[in-house]
Amino acid sequence: MAFWNTLEEFGERTALITETGEHISYSALSARADEIAGAAGRRCLAFLMCKNCADAVAGYVGFLRHGIVPVLLAENLDKSLLDGLLESYRPAYFYIPNEKISSLSGEVAWQSGSYSLLHMPFEQDYELFDELALLLTTSGSTGSPKLVRQSMGNIEANTRSIVQYLGISPDDRAITTLPMQYTYGLSILQTHLFAGAATILTEKTLMDKSFWSLLREQEATTFGGVPYIYEILKKLRFERMDLPSLRYLTQAGGKLPKELAEEFVNICREKDMKFIVMYGQTEATARMAYLPWEYAHSKAASIGIAIPGGGFWLADAEDNPISKTEITGELVYRGPNVTLGYAESRFDLCKPDENHGELHTGDMAKRDADGFYYIVGRKKRFLKLFGSRVNLDEVEGLLNREGITCACAGVDDRLDIYITDADKLEKTERFIKEHTAINPNGFRLHVIDAIPRSDSGKVLYSALNEKRGS
Amino acid sequence: MTNLEKYNEAFTESFGVTAEQLPNLEYQGIPEWDSVGHMQLIAALEDAFDIMFDTDDIIDFSSYEKGKEFMSKYEVEL
Repeated sequence: MAFWNTLEEFGERTALITETGEHISYSALSARADEIAGAAGRRCLAFLMCKNCADAVAGYVGFLRHGIVPVLLAENLDKSLLDGLLESYRPAYFYIPNEKISSLSGEVAWQSGSYSLLHMPFEQDYELFDELALLLTTSGSTGSPKLVRQSMGNIEANTRSIVQYLGISPDDRAITTLPMQYTYGLSILQTHLFAGAATILTEKTLMDKSFWSLLREQEATTFGGVPYIYEILKKLRFERMDLPSLRYLTQAGGKLPKELAEEFVNICREKDMKFIVMYGQTEATARMAYLPWEYAHSKAASIGIAIPGGGFWLADAEDNPISKTEITGELVYRGPNVTLGYAESRFDLCKPDENHGELHTGDMAKRDADGFYYIVGRKKRFLKLFGSRVNLDEVEGLLNREGITCACAGVDDRLDIYITDADKLEKTERFIKEHTAINPNGFRLHVIDAIPRSDSGKVLYSALNEKRGS
Repeated sequence: MTNLEKYNEAFTESFGVTAEQLPNLEYQGIPEWDSVGHMQLIAALEDAFDIMFDTDDIIDFSSYEKGKEFMSKYEVEL
């Protein structure tokens, strides 16, 4: 039986700790979860607007326990992007913070605490595949309707595997640093629930004094970070902070620059903390690889080895396995956490498993003689802005629809948008800021005379950089 | 450039705001001044004045006005 169905067996142990220091037991969480989901009653599709708070977690747990399939959404999602998703998926319910309900049509079916369950007025003209449990966005910031379909088996298998390799014990306490709708943030919550451990829920960032006082007072043993969180920790001189309760840190959501990785390996070693680099994708539920902490120093810059229950191989250009070491190919993963596939609209929710346990990651990698893997590049056109995936073709598409000729490129944590019409500079900037969730510090605009193209008309992205200075 | 001009420029460059917006500017008061933007601002100030902030001061640096108070601690007179 899946772990979310037996959470009450942890009884009076603490499941969640709120920003104000309130402890919520597993039995209280289970009861609350069942009350919320009970108000919906039947298997159906529901949207869930996420915040790192107990009411949001209770809704999520309740939905899983009652076979209600949630779509997890960011709280700051732009209204027009949200409307697009509502029209594509027509959920039966929307579980949402009270202050947001006035902007939606729908009747309040249940309300308590800071959240409401809205019954949405849509006709249900679609069906849900039996094993479908959860839907997560692939590129939330552009409001793409493309969702990853995760099964109950996916979540159970991946959670079990992560708990095993990280050695999460009932005495662990994770403090949130990432949003719940983000697969890495969600996996931290789920693994701690699985282990009967506690999660400290906060909306505060590392730049808030109250984050650090909460971490100290509630004695957090771990947190996770995407690369920019490690940049912040460096800036805050993490090495000088006295945080004796911390037992280990994890890192995922993109590749840490080599010097920064080495710095944190050393800092953690001096502090007697483990530093564990991991690798994953929403398409693999959350996690595919980890670097056992004993190898943090000797195999720095590696994503490590496949998680328990999974395996990797490298594919050459003809999709044949590469057996030699140190040869670059596309990283392919096999395991029970490979998700069912994508959905582009509600009519895809009846689809069965299309991946059959195998995922072509789109990342280019090589393997060393000891079997450790190293990411060297990407096959697909996307980059990560502060941990969130941004599909470059989608951004181009959004701007094209606004009548802006453009090409998008860049590196992680910096999206470069090239436009040809200088008069549209302001319009472009305003559109990105107002109608996408792309972080305003994550993009730069450049005006160039023309988009460089090959003879066949394909955009020459590699030539964009050179045009910038001209 | 005076120290105050350098201080102001760190904000206007980091967040793309105008000088008129500065007096009421607060952490998380505008989308640009989030935790990522905060890091960029701190880096810009450290570069401009060749100083290194203490951890507590980085975290307490919660507004344009409050930040001014910290600068004197680093021997920067605005």
